[in-house]
Amino acid sequence: MNFEPKIVAFLCNWCSYAGADLAGVSRFKYPPNVVPIKVMCSGRVDAEFIIDAFRKGADGVLIGGCHPGDCHYVEGNYKARRRVEMMKRLLEEMGINPKRLRIEWISATEGKKFASVVEEFVEEIRRLGPVKK
Amino acid sequence: MKVSIDPITRLEGHGKIDIFLDEKGNVSSARVQTPELRGFEKFCVGRKAEDMPIITARICGVCPEAHHVASAKALDMAFGAEPPKAAHLIREMLYNAYIFYDHCLHLYYLGGIDVLLGDVEKKDRNVIGLIKKFGNEIGAEIIKHRRYAMETIKMIGGREIHPVCAIPGGVSKGINEEERKEIERKFSECISFAQRSIEIFKEVFNSDRWNEMLGLDELKTYYMGIVDSSNRVNYYDGDIRAVSPSGREFAKFKANELIENIEEHIEKWNYVKYPYLKKVGWNGFFDGEKSGIYRVGPLARLNCADGMNTPLADKEFKEFRKNGIVHKTFAYYHARLIEMLNAAERVYYLCKEKEITSDDIRSMPTKTGEGIGIVEAARGVLIHHYDVDEKGLIRKVNLIVATTNNNAAINMSVANAAKKIIKNGEVNDILLNKIESSFRCYDPCMACASHAIGKMEMVANIYWNGKLYKRMIRNE
Amino acid sequence: MKIAMYWGASCGGCDVSLLSLHEKILDLLKEVEIVFWPCAMDFKYEDVEKMEDGSIDICFYNGAIRTEENEKIAKLLRKKSKKMIAYGSCAIEGCVIGLANLYKREEILKEVYSKDVPSEELPEFLPYLKTLEDVVKVDASIPGCPPPSSILEDALNSLLQGKSFGKNVALCDECPRKDSKPDKIEINRIYRWHEKKDSGECFLAQGIICMGPATRAGCKAECITANMPCTGCVGALPKVKESGISMISAIASIIGNKNEEEVINSIKDYVGTFYKYSTAKLLPEGRLKDES
Repeated sequence: MNFEPKIVAFLCNWCSYAGADLAGVSRFKYPPNVVPIKVMCSGRVDAEFIIDAFRKGADGVLIGGCHPGDCHYVEGNYKARRRVEMMKRLLEEMGINPKRLRIEWISATEGKKFASVVEEFVEEIRRLGPVKK
Repeated sequence: MKVSIDPITRLEGHGKIDIFLDEKGNVSSARVQTPELRGFEKFCVGRKAEDMPIITARICGVCPEAHHVASAKALDMAFGAEPPKAAHLIREMLYNAYIFYDHCLHLYYLGGIDVLLGDVEKKDRNVIGLIKKFGNEIGAEIIKHRRYAMETIKMIGGREIHPVCAIPGGVSKGINEEERKEIERKFSECISFAQRSIEIFKEVFNSDRWNEMLGLDELKTYYMGIVDSSNRVNYYDGDIRAVSPSGREFAKFKANELIENIEEHIEKWNYVKYPYLKKVGWNGFFDGEKSGIYRVGPLARLNCADGMNTPLADKEFKEFRKNGIVHKTFAYYHARLIEMLNAAERVYYLCKEKEITSDDIRSMPTKTGEGIGIVEAARGVLIHHYDVDEKGLIRKVNLIVATTNNNAAINMSVANAAKKIIKNGEVNDILLNKIESSFRCYDPCMACASHAIGKMEMVANIYWNGKLYKRMIRNE
Repeated sequence: MKIAMYWGASCGGCDVSLLSLHEKILDLLKEVEIVFWPCAMDFKYEDVEKMEDGSIDICFYNGAIRTEENEKIAKLLRKKSKKMIAYGSCAIEGCVIGLANLYKREEILKEVYSKDVPSEELPEFLPYLKTLEDVVKVDASIPGCPPPSSILEDALNSLLQGKSFGKNVALCDECPRKDSKPDKIEINRIYRWHEKKDSGECFLAQGIICMGPATRAGCKAECITANMPCTGCVGALPKVKESGISMISAIASIIGNKNEEEVINSIKDYVGTFYKYSTAKLLPEGRLKDES
């Protein structure tokens, strides 16, 4: 099967986007299926963006934030975490597999983690296939 | 050849009447079709149980209080939360205000136009035509008293349409002394208006035109209605009494027993189904002792009862029932007027109850399980039956909705009227409206009618106030 | 001015709501001629078919598009009318009956009829519930379930003068409990409202979900006046695309740190809570089949 997952990744400026940059600079390989979008904080990711991504054809949505306690804006990542939890429940009721939405804590020094998270997520979505209507 | 009335008008909901003529141009048969369905029984599954009074109110915007209160009563039982006395009084007050306005709406805006105006042109057969004929003063009176009832409902339930106050275990809002006084004043005027309405309609009832209308249809069916412990009409609560065409008591059911005693007949050309009494059986669209077809609504309620629970209405009742059971379909209008008076009086007397201004208006839930709530909607018996799971979500929903019960009788009345009215192929708008008017007697609510009776597939013991209330039997 | 009022898959409440103008309706009737209104007048479909295209000045269509007949008449009325107004929540966003889109048509029919599904000469029960704008061009909409007289009067006056109408603030602005809304809300427990004695304060502050912040003002907070939280029947503010999800975001933001998983788990039926009146917009083609 030649299904190439399309994944949107919202990455926070201070931690996970920097981590993604580090992965690039260090030449850690990861699949090209991810569209990265930089936001100042994972807490900036409104639930509307998530549903919009799925509506526009994304097969998976990844949110990268700072580790709990390290958020540059103190609490943004906690709010993101709760939003993702609640969105998973809504997605399930809508008939979309909640595994397609994921939130991960990736710090600026965790380039390797970024690459392995993306690799793993892309494989999982590949296994799940496109969103079935 | 087929003549259609499409859509039927001056009622709530969608409908079509098909009249089939033979080669001579006389009516061989007629049928009423309800082309609407929305599926509440299915999409309410999975909802939070406490949302049901809000959701089911949207089954009908003309009788939302009926669904709202029946739903809350079902949840009282499902959650094991018996409302305090004041809550019952407040709900009953809301409920009677609703019966008053719903009958007023039908008598002056919907079906009653046929009675008061008779055979007038299409463009005048409506409330505007009524005001033109009877004068602006009557028009203002009608609007004012219906407004009193709607304002009362808003005062008790928050909104004029789709009120929100009936909740599991009671009501969300009490009535203070100022509100009580205002409701009492308004409804004392509504009593006079109801009496005046009876006078206005009686002028028609004493005319030759009315004898002709009465002659259009008479069905000797069974009847079903809710009565209190003294066998008086009660819209809010009681037991269901069924009487036979000859007037003897056929059975008395508690709410859950009714479900076991009714079956439904399906015709391929209709979204609505035809309930009938299981013990008597389905013998086709016929009336009589051997046919399980029964009727509900104002005429049925007065036929099932031995009296009314308020003095002025009771006096009218005795006169109405002096010759025993009334079978002529157009008598539904007279029964409706008596009920409008009864409802107005009941609100007025409830205002005088000491506990009506109490603030002990809610009980808290104690469990989850099955629950049944019955009321008399303006159009007939209404039952909400829910199964609530441990998370407080709805597992299954059964609805027996007022007009549904009348489906078979409605079909027969229309066919009988059509056969008498259309001869030798002569068809025009006035004649077709006369046929439609036989259907309007029932004050049909088709949005309500397109619901399933269904059967609950389970076994349960229902405990109520610590005692075994009923054992529910598994049905196939 | 010629006006018409028609109902699709509707409960009749919107038709009755026109009467909630009470005495004012007599003034309205002096200025307009109602040429089609099945609830209260005897004009039939054949009368509409005989009308000239565009001869109806304003047509109010309430109710959703659930059957073939609802769609057919919507298109007929669109042809015969200059302006078509979506009246009430069903026509605008599907209302409560939109919850049927959580189920497939076959499932609904099976629940109601078990085996023998009626089908002879009946208009088709469409696969999914649609809204008015899904089938015809809509010129304006009057929100509410049904539009309360406060919104209706404003809307009718504005429409007859060709102006726009409607408030641009959330319901919290009109709420009688506004003053008890704390500056910082932190919910550590969510209550379902039948499980808690109402303290009289802002519902969200009490931990009871109230759709007020995501709902357009205009109804004068009628439900709150009866001590019940808002469920969102007037719909979203004009610039908000997804009010249900915005509300979910908002609630996620005010959950406290102590026991967030317990709180999130206690919220049941997300679609029924946050999309009670707009499920048809969330799931226009029903639930997806992408199960885990």
